[in-house]
Amino acid sequence: MIWSVSWRNVWRNKTRSMVIITAIALGVFAGVYTIAFMFGWVNQRINSVINTEISHIQIHQPEYLKTSDVHDYIPDIYKLQSSIAQKAKVKAASARVLSTCMISSAETGSGVQLVGINPEKEQQVTNLHEKLIEGSYFNEQKKNQLVIGKKLADKLNVKLHSKVVVTLTEMDGTLTGGSFRVTGIYQTANSAYEERKAFVRASDLQRLIKMDEHAGHEMAIMLNENNIEEEVTADLKAEYPHLKVMSWLEIMPDMKMMNESMNMMMYIFVVIILLALGFGIVNTMLMVILERIKEIGMLMAVGMNKSRVFLMIVLETVYLSLTGGLVGIVLAIVLTAITAQTGLDLSVWAEGLNSLGFDAVIYPEIGFDAVIGVTLLVILTGIIAAIYPARKAIKLKPADALRIEM
Amino acid sequence: MKIVDLKNLVKIYDESEVKVKAVDNINLSFEEGDFAAIVGPSGSGKTTLLNLIGGLDTPTEGEIVVDGTDIGNLSSSELINFRLRNIGFVFQAYNLIPVLTAKENVEFIMELQGKKRKERSERSMELLSAVGLKERVNSRPSRLSGGQQQRVAVARALASKPKFVLADEPTANLDSKSTETLLDIMEHLNKEEKITFIFSTHDQRVVKKAHRIITVEDGHVVSDEKRK
Repeated sequence: MIWSVSWRNVWRNKTRSMVIITAIALGVFAGVYTIAFMFGWVNQRINSVINTEISHIQIHQPEYLKTSDVHDYIPDIYKLQSSIAQKAKVKAASARVLSTCMISSAETGSGVQLVGINPEKEQQVTNLHEKLIEGSYFNEQKKNQLVIGKKLADKLNVKLHSKVVVTLTEMDGTLTGGSFRVTGIYQTANSAYEERKAFVRASDLQRLIKMDEHAGHEMAIMLNENNIEEEVTADLKAEYPHLKVMSWLEIMPDMKMMNESMNMMMYIFVVIILLALGFGIVNTMLMVILERIKEIGMLMAVGMNKSRVFLMIVLETVYLSLTGGLVGIVLAIVLTAITAQTGLDLSVWAEGLNSLGFDAVIYPEIGFDAVIGVTLLVILTGIIAAIYPARKAIKLKPADALRIEM
Repeated sequence: MKIVDLKNLVKIYDESEVKVKAVDNINLSFEEGDFAAIVGPSGSGKTTLLNLIGGLDTPTEGEIVVDGTDIGNLSSSELINFRLRNIGFVFQAYNLIPVLTAKENVEFIMELQGKKRKERSERSMELLSAVGLKERVNSRPSRLSGGQQQRVAVARALASKPKFVLADEPTANLDSKSTETLLDIMEHLNKEEKITFIFSTHDQRVVKKAHRIITVEDGHVVSDEKRK
C-alpha cells in the first residue's frame, strides 16, 4: 500500500507536481534529443569512414604505412583477396594499387593519392559509386578513366570528360606521366577526402608505373556487420603476421576517441541537466514535507517506522522524477523518429562541417542503451533528491509534529 | 487488570530559557475497560500526559509502565513498534490519510503490522460497520463529514487490536449530533468489546459520558473521580 500511497501523494497538489514534472520532462527531452543528435552526427561520420573511406579493415605491407613507397607492396595480393573474401565474417575484399602523384589540368595542379581499383570488387567494400554526382563509375571499357572528387574537380577547374595529366614515379624511380579522362565526379561529406583521393582502374595504374599485375599496396575488407572488426582483425593478424592488419579504429584513432568521448560527454551533459533539476525536486519535496508535517507526525505516532516513512518520501520523489523523465524520453524518441526520416538540415554550416568530414544533414538516432541509461539516471536523481527531504521527515518528533497548527 | 501505570511522572520542557514543568510528579494508573477522561484547562498538562502515556513523548523522570513494559526505556524505533501493536490513537483533527479511502485508512495500520490482505479487508469492514460507515467504505476523507472522519479514525485506532485507545480532544471539531454519535459508538465499544478509552478533553459532553474523570491542573492530578 505504501507504493500506492506514494503514487497518490504525487497527485495531491496537481499544479505543483505538474510544474516540476514539466521541468523534468523538458530537461530530459533536451538531454535525450541532444544525445540523439550527437549520436546521429558521430555515427554518420563513422558510417562514412567505414562505408566510403576505409572499410572495416585494411591490410598493408608494414613498411608502406611509414613510407608510402610503391616498392612496399604485397606481391600476391589477388590471392590474398580471394582467400580473405572466403572467410565467414567477411562480406568482400578489394585489392588496391596506390601511388602518390601530381594531377594537372590546363590551369593548375594538385597532389593526390591515386587509387587503382577493380571497380567490381571495390563496389562491394565502399559505397563511393553511390556518391557520384556526374558521370559513371568505370562503366565504359576504355582505358585511363578517372573518378575524382568534386572538391578536386573545382580546384583543377575540370569537368566531366576533361583531360588531366598525372605525373608519378615508376617502380624503378623514373618520372612518368599519363593522360586520364574524367569520367566520374563524386561528392561526399568529407571535402578533404574529395580533394585527396582520385580513382583509376588498378590495371591502368599498374601499367603506368610498371608494377607486377599480381601486386598491390592495400587490401580493403568489408565485414558482414559492424562491431566485429576487432575480433576479425585479431584473427587476420594471427593468420598474416608478416602483414599490417588494422581495423578502422586503429587507422583513424581520432574517430575512436571521438566516439568514446562523445558517449562520456553525453552522460556528463545529462548529469548536469539532472543535477539542476535535482535541486528543483529537492525544493518541491521540502515543500511537501512542510505541508504534511502533521500527517507524517500522525503516521509515526500510529506506528509507521522511520524506514517506511523514508521509503514513502523516496518513492514519491522517484515517481515524480520518473513521470517527468519518461514523458521527456518519449517526446525525445518521437522527435528523433521524425527527424531521423526528415533529417536536420545544417547546410548553413555545410562548408565548415564538410571540411571536418561531417555531413551537413544530420539524422538523429538513439540507442536502447542510451534510453535505459538516461532512465536509470532519472531514477538515481529522484533517489538522491529524496534523501535530504526524507531525512528531515524522519527527524520529526510525532508529538511536536502533531502540535503544529497548519 | 492494570494496563497503564504512571509512577512519579515528571515532564519538563526546557527548550527556551524558562523551564516549564508540564507534568509534575503524577502517579496514576488505568485499568482494562476504563472509559476515562483527563480534563483540565488549557495548558494544564493533559495533552502532555496523554502523549507520555502514548509513548509520543519521553518523561524527564518517572516510569510509564504499559502492560508490564516500561516504555520510558524504549528506543525511538522500539517505541514506534510498541505503539503500532499496543496503542490506538484518535486525534482532534482526525488526521486521516487524505489519498486513501475510509477502508484503506483502516487497513493501513494492519498492513504496517504485516497482516494479510484478507484479514485486513475483513476487519476493516467489520470496524467500519461498527462505527456506522459501512456505506462509506470507499469514500475518501474529503467526501466525509467531520463526524464521519472521526468515526473512521476510531475504526483505524481499533484496527491494530490495541490494549487501549488514546483520544486527544476527539470531539473538539464536531457538532453536537456528531459528538453524540461518536461518544455512543465509543461507549458501546467500551461496554461490549471491553475496549479501554482514555480521553483528554474539556468538552462537557465527553465528561458526562466518561466513567472516570481525572482533573489535571498545573501538571498535577487534583482529582480522580470514578462514577461507576
